Amino acid sequence: MVSRSEAILIVEDLHKRYGREEVLRGISFEVRRGETKVIIGPSGTGKSTLLRCINRLTPPDSGRVWLDGVEVTHPKTDINKIRAQIGFVFQDFNLFTHLTALDNVRLGLLKVKRLDKKRATEIALRELARVGLADKARAYPAELSGGQQQRVSIARALAMNPKVILFDEPTSALDPELIGEVLEVMIKLAREGMTMVVVSHEMGFARSVADEIIFMEKGVIVEQGPPEQLFVAPKHPRTAEFLRKITELYGEAG
Amino acid sequence: MGIFIALLQVYSNRFIAAVAFAWEWFFRGVPALVLLFLFFFGTAQFGLELDAFTAAVLALGFRSSGYQSQIFRGAIQSIPEGQMLAARSIGLSRWQAIFHVVLPQALRLAIPAWSNEFSSVIKDTTLAYAIGVNEVLRHARYIMVRHYDLAMLAYITVALIFLGLTYGGNWLLGLLERRVAIPGFQMKGVRGRSVIAR
Repeated sequence: MVSRSEAILIVEDLHKRYGREEVLRGISFEVRRGETKVIIGPSGTGKSTLLRCINRLTPPDSGRVWLDGVEVTHPKTDINKIRAQIGFVFQDFNLFTHLTALDNVRLGLLKVKRLDKKRATEIALRELARVGLADKARAYPAELSGGQQQRVSIARALAMNPKVILFDEPTSALDPELIGEVLEVMIKLAREGMTMVVVSHEMGFARSVADEIIFMEKGVIVEQGPPEQLFVAPKHPRTAEFLRKITELYGEAG
Repeated sequence: MGIFIALLQVYSNRFIAAVAFAWEWFFRGVPALVLLFLFFFGTAQFGLELDAFTAAVLALGFRSSGYQSQIFRGAIQSIPEGQMLAARSIGLSRWQAIFHVVLPQALRLAIPAWSNEFSSVIKDTTLAYAIGVNEVLRHARYIMVRHYDLAMLAYITVALIFLGLTYGGNWLLGLLERRVAIPGFQMKGVRGRSVIAR
């Protein structure tokens, strides 16, 4: 298939069940190199589970995932090697609390990529500078604001030079005035050509940055397409309803 | 060893974890004196001749490992799941994540409780008296037998020795706790001043 060769991330028919509840009911999509996909949808529809199934932080029940031609879900795949190529940004940052910002970013370089300390420090400082936190390298997470912590966690993901970064509601745990600085970094990354899959309620971000939006509900993809299509002329009535509600809640997307 | 058992309890498969829990259950449940007799007289009966000192070290050491595993298990489980997820997400293996992310945080939290256990173990060594180990209490008794008028002095000396040991040990651990303290991580405010007292 032609599309398969240019797609860097392919998700095929993912299913996941927690007890009786089927959280993912056959999710398939593709992400091309350099593309930004934003996944939206009501809470509890499996968006976070979907992201976690992609790098197998949560093992999917069935379905397959490919990253750059390698099957992530294959039992013989070295999952640690794959995860090092997939950045993951969590809703509540999950910075290592006992390490400075620098060490948070450096840990993977030293222990996973086994770089020497000098090289790892160079890369870590460069990535911290990229998210605007060069001056906070020596600070511990507790000494940083939420927005700064999230930017460090983005730097931590960037340092591994990932093929794609998955963002799991990166701004949902932040005070409103701190959201902007994180979105700014993400917009910059998208413009620089980073491949990103973002679960978010930030409609402004989705509208201005996303190449494609996926609307998910109850474990299935209801509709996907470019922002103009979903915002202006959604094909599915549920999409229209959801977008209207969320716009009322968060205000007009900027 | 307590750390090791705690790790098995939290992270190993169900069977090994069950063995670790059984270990903890046994050594926390049986009185120290009974353990000493089991390890010294009990093993001797089956041809395993442990000298009194070895028997005492094993009995009290294993017993303490049971208690310590509880301390460390509590500390390990108090580290939020997100730390492990984040560690795995950058490609660290399970054991790398445990050693570089979970344990450095858990051990810091465990220091106060661990210093408590340290005091207990130091004092429990006097129980080895019962199986004839040449420990401090026995020396005091030797002195007393020869000079009865020194009884009080001898036992006060023993008490002082233990006070000194526990004080010294706890002081060192307190020092360690402050040395490895991380801004905003420990669950205490300004040292020595609680919020309520102000």
